[in-house]
This record gives sequence, C-alpha cells and structure tokens, in this order.
Amino acid sequence: MANLQTLSKCEDLLTGGHRACAGCTGSNILRQIMLTAGPDTVVGGATGCMEVVTTIFPYTAWKTPFIHSAFENCAATISGVETGFRALKQAGQLPVEREKMNFIAFGGDGGTYDIGLQSLSGAMERGHNMLYVCYDNEAYMNTGIQRSGATPFGAHTSTAPAGKVKQGKEQHRKDLTKIMVAHNIPFVATATPFHWKDLAAKVEKALAADGPAFLNILMPCTVGWGFDPAIGMELCKQAVEANFWPLFEVENGHYKMSKKPKEDRTPIVEWLKPQVRFKHLFKPGNEAILEEIQRWVDDEFTKVQTLCELG
Amino acid sequence: MKQLFVGLTGNEAVATAFKQARPHVAPAFPITPQTEMMHKFADFVADGEVETEMILVESEHSAMSAAVGASATGARVFTATSSAGFALMWEVVYIAANLRLPICMPVVNRALSGNINIHNDHSDAMGGRDAGWIHLWCENTQEAYDSALMCWRIAEHAGVRLPVMINYDGFIISHTSESLNILPDEDAWKFIGPKDVGAGYSLLDVENPITVGPLDLTDYYFEHKTSQIEAINNSPEHIAAIFKEFSALSGRTYDFIEEYRTDDAEIIIVALGSTAGTAKVVIDMYREKGVKIGLVKIRVFRPFPVDVLRKALGKAKVVGVMDKSVTFGGFGGPVFNEIRSAMYGTANPPKIHDWIYGLGGRDTDIAQIESLIDQLQAIAGGSEAEDINMLGVRL
Ligand SMILES: Cc1ncc(C[n+]2csc(CCOP(=O)(O)OP(=O)(O)O)c2C)c(N)n1
Ligand code: SF4
Ligand SMILES: [Mg+2]
Repeated sequence: MANLQTLSKCEDLLTGGHRACAGCTGSNILRQIMLTAGPDTVVGGATGCMEVVTTIFPYTAWKTPFIHSAFENCAATISGVETGFRALKQAGQLPVEREKMNFIAFGGDGGTYDIGLQSLSGAMERGHNMLYVCYDNEAYMNTGIQRSGATPFGAHTSTAPAGKVKQGKEQHRKDLTKIMVAHNIPFVATATPFHWKDLAAKVEKALAADGPAFLNILMPCTVGWGFDPAIGMELCKQAVEANFWPLFEVENGHYKMSKKPKEDRTPIVEWLKPQVRFKHLFKPGNEAILEEIQRWVDDEFTKVQTLCELG
Repeated sequence: MKQLFVGLTGNEAVATAFKQARPHVAPAFPITPQTEMMHKFADFVADGEVETEMILVESEHSAMSAAVGASATGARVFTATSSAGFALMWEVVYIAANLRLPICMPVVNRALSGNINIHNDHSDAMGGRDAGWIHLWCENTQEAYDSALMCWRIAEHAGVRLPVMINYDGFIISHTSESLNILPDEDAWKFIGPKDVGAGYSLLDVENPITVGPLDLTDYYFEHKTSQIEAINNSPEHIAAIFKEFSALSGRTYDFIEEYRTDDAEIIIVALGSTAGTAKVVIDMYREKGVKIGLVKIRVFRPFPVDVLRKALGKAKVVGVMDKSVTFGGFGGPVFNEIRSAMYGTANPPKIHDWIYGLGGRDTDIAQIESLIDQLQAIAGGSEAEDINMLGVRL
C-alpha cells in the first residue's frame, strides 16, 4: 500500500517543464499515477490538454514510452499496444524481456464521455489488460472550454454560455462511471488528485486487475472553471465533501464507498461559489437552478450510496 | 521451387498470403466485400495454422487505431476494409503513414455512400490516395495474392517503412474463383522473412522510451512532412528490387506498370484493376483488325510512377484514361489528372482524354470498351472530343 515515504522515493516519470497552466491539477494526476505505475508502463494520450502540454516537439515530459494518435481513439490505440505486447511475448520477440507491463490510456472528458466512448466501450468489452483513466475537467478545455457530456448543469461554457436568456448548460452530466461499471470489468473507481493515497491504492488495484480497469478522476481546471490557481486541490476536497464527486470503487461489480461520507454534506453552493463558470447562477432569478443542482447531487449520491450498501 | 496450382477467390488468396506472412496482430471489422478475407483468416487462426492475435474491434476507426498501436510496438500488423470502412478510418490512415508504420491493408474496392452501394468502383481508395501509403493495384486473383506477399517486404524495408494498401476490385476479384499459382508456405516465408522487431523504435522498449505522435507545430511540422515526402519518393528503388526478386522467384513479372501491346501502339488505354483484363481482350480483337492499340496498366499508383509512364505513353498519339472514381467538380478523375500533368511539358505529348466508368459496380463489358476504342480512333483521326467523358451511363 502506497505511503508518502515510498512514493517520494519513486522516480518521477513525468518531468517538470511541461506547459500545463499554473494551477492545473492535471499534471498532478499524471504524476501520481505514474509514481504508482512505475517505469514498465506504456502510456497513451488522447488529443487534449494533457497530451498537448506534455509533448510539444522537440520536447517530451514523458520518461516512459508514450503514444498519441488522435482524439477519439486512445482506448483502441492502447488496446493495440497491449495486444502487440502479448503477441511479441508469445513469439519471443519482445525488445526487452518483461513478464508484465502496464498499459495506461489517458483521455479527457471530451475524449472519453463523448467522442471516444465507442472506442473505450469496445476496448473494455474485449477485455484488454489496460487501465483507462478519464481526467475529467468537465469541458473541452484544449479547444477553448466547450460543453461536453461531463459539463455540470448550469455551468457556463463557450458553446453553452450564460446569456440574457440562457443560463449555461441545460443538461446534467451523464454518469460515465456507471456506464463503465455496466461493462462488467474487474475494476472501476472514481478519484481525485487531492485524495492521493486513495488514488494510489486504486491505481495499484487497477493495474493488478486481470482485465480492463477504468478510473474517472475529477480534475479542476483553473482556466475553464475560473478559480484562483491556488485552490485546485481544495476544490477536489470540497467536491467530495459536497457529494458532487463521491469517491467509490466497484470491484467485480461490487460497489464500495472509499471514504465514509460526512454526516452533513457541504451544500453544493459552497463548491460552486469560487468558480467563475457558475457566477451567473448567483444572480437573482436563478435560485431554481441552484436548487436543481442540489437536488440532482443529493439524488445521485443517494443512488451510489444505496449501491454501496448493497455491496 | 514448385508452386501449387489452386483455385481461390481473391479474398481467399489474400488471406492465404497473409497466413504465410505470419502477422502478429490483426484488428478486424466487417464490411462487404472485404468480410470473407477476414473470415478465411479467422479460420486459419481458429485451426492453429497461424498464430495471430486478432482484435475484433467495434469499428474501422478503431481497427486502424489498434493497428497503429500494435505496429508501434514493432509487431507485424494488417487489417482490411472497403468503402465506408475506409472512409471511417481515414483520419488514422494518415496517422499510420506519418508514424512510418509498416501496416498492410487490403482495400477491397467498393463505391462510397451515398447512396449506399456494395459494388466495385475505386472511390474509396482514391479518396485516400494522398494519405502517404503505397498503393498497389491488382488485375486479378494472382496479382492480389502476389501483392499480399510482396507488401510486407516493401512496407518493412528499412529504406521505406511505410504502410501499403493492396487494392483489388470488390466482387470482381474478391469473390470470383480463379486459378492461380501460390507459393508453398516455407517458400513464402523464406521470401517474406520474420519481422525485424529490433530494427525500428518500439513502444515496448521501456529502457529506451520514446514519445510517438507529439504536438508538432509551425517550427517542425513542415520538416517532418518533407521527410515523409522523401520517404515515399525514395521508395521506388526498393520496390523495384523487391519486384525483381519476386519476379525471379515466381516467374511472374512485376513492375510499376504493365505494358500490353504498346510497342507500336498509336492509341493507349490506361486502366487499373480488373478492367485491365477486359481491356486486353478487346485490344486483341482490335489488333486482329490491324488497329495499333495497347494498354498501360498501373500497378503502383503511389508513389506515382511518372518516369515510366512518360516513357510508355510518350510514343502514343492518343491516350484514353479510364477512371473508376470521380472528383466532383474537379477536372476529370484522379488517374487522368495525374497522367495529364505527368505528360504536360514532354515533347509531342499525346492527346489525353478521360472516361469515367463503372461507378457503383456498373458492369464494364466488352461493348463499352469497344465504344471507348471507337472514340479514341476518331480522336486519332482528328475528331474533336471532350476532355472528360462518361462510359456506360444512361444519359
Ligand atoms: C476528430 C477530432 N475532432 C475534434 C478535435 C479538436 N479537439 C482537440 S482536443 C479537443 C478537446 C479535448 O477535450 P477533453 O477531451 O475534455 O480534454 P481537455 O482538453 O479538456 O483536457 C477537441 C475538441 C480533434 N483533435 N479531433
Ligand atoms: S486549460 Fe485547464 S486543463 Fe488545460 S492545462 Fe490549463 S488548467 Fe490544465
Ligand atoms: Mg476536458
């Protein structure tokens, strides 16, 4: 089980000097996952912020092999790499002898909830030994903060903006985590980079699983969400305490809360307030939207809690 | 070497050649008329005749994506497609060439939607003619089989390292049983040889990690494209050597083009694919009547064999190009376009006209080619004609 002492001794496999914005929590996610995964890992990146900021030619922040091909196909690409590994191993033609290697695909919410969902679903159904990580910053950030299937209700984005007659996104986000659970894969979990120990433990389990695993990780984005770059981690913590992003894991179909939820959850407005994308919701007349968000958060949380009680 | 004389469809022949190449990985997704190729190959896998990891993907986009991932490990990889499947994977087709991955892919040529049509024309592959792949075109089952052996040597050659597309006409070749000669497994393997996994970069070499497919902006992208242009432009020398080696081995002559009765020809038809076979028959009929006519069949469309074509067509008075695909709003079909510009500026170039034919699998019979030759004779006799014409359509 990971602790700070062991993690601090692991080699950093994502170097500094990448071009992520100051305060971006994405690079924390990548670094933490790679600390646990270790050097015998091949990484795939879908087009999006994390791929763009880590691989601007002639530089790369990756100290492990890395492949980017396109936006919607990261899962399929890594499924090919994983199959290549098995086939070359079987043929005795591996370039370096390894009994086991890790294959991790990183995609943003756009590349995962939306355009890459088919490719992901196929790869999970086929049962490749791979971990797919969705880093969910709740919009298409790389192209200028457009709405995605992960964007929360009421959030302002550049394609569903708040204006004189519209108040941001008019739909709640889809429940991708449960969609992945429905694939009956060995391991599915939610995480945040603030809960580093929980994240490390989940990565360990995911990589040890016999078959595909999926992690959905909340990733505050200073630019898209509009918050003080200092508070990204605080927003992760609050998202969990407000039950907006419950931490749970589903091992072989069995739900389990990762962290005992607080008796009195933080009201969602506390989480919304520091974020410019929700500013318009605090104008007079938009009270019903805030109420709807709270209702939705509570409903969704109850559903997850019930599943966890069932075990 | 004693070859085996067999009867196979184009799809069966290509599957047989691929079995003999012992690929490591094959992503597959069904589309008519490519399906039977993959069925046959899956049978070989199921019967233990070849150890290939098939990835039964959920789309052609994923087929090409998985092929890219697998090929980047150093594995020998193929997939196959047709028509809409090729269109769906188009984005990644370019990426495969950019990454210099030696993937081989039959495109069993079929019309593009819409309207949806399962029959043969060349719009699918021609839509991807500029994607950076080497294009081989086949006249019959024998050529499809031979191409499916040679493609590995071409794609994986250290001086090439580019993906190769093997085009053969849907149904006309893919589903028609023909007699052909195939190499015994051991001889085919001796010719192709194992994939040299260590020769290039491998994504699995965790001791020497590489980053594949980075963000490439104004400061480097152009240079990278230039090196890709160089790679495909340098490939003919290696393709020629492989053709020569295979010709000697099999007794079947391969080159970038095939010239049929062109020695003294005043009229030359240019075609690719199975139509070349029909054209040969009609040319023989006209030769009997004393008409000086011949055929140039293009075997390698990318890289476009400019020099050999200039030489072959330079002696003719009139050239009739047959295009089995269309460029809407463009100046003729893709083959015509290239031939006309290749001949421009040569001394005494022939008159060159285009005939769009066979779209959506419209049968191209002897009568149609007779009508084409009659028109070409009239042009040779001084008649005016349109640059771009249609053949076999009801107007
Ligand atoms: C097929 C295709 N469509 C659109 C794009 C443009 N595009 C590149 S990145 C991106 C947004 C990525 O969003 P997400 O996956 O959420 O990652 P983020 O940038 O937020 O990290 C888009 C729309 C593309 N590269 N390819
Ligand atoms: S735009 Fe957002 S997600 Fe992208 S690098 Fe900046 S902070 Fe990170
Ligand atoms: Mg995003």
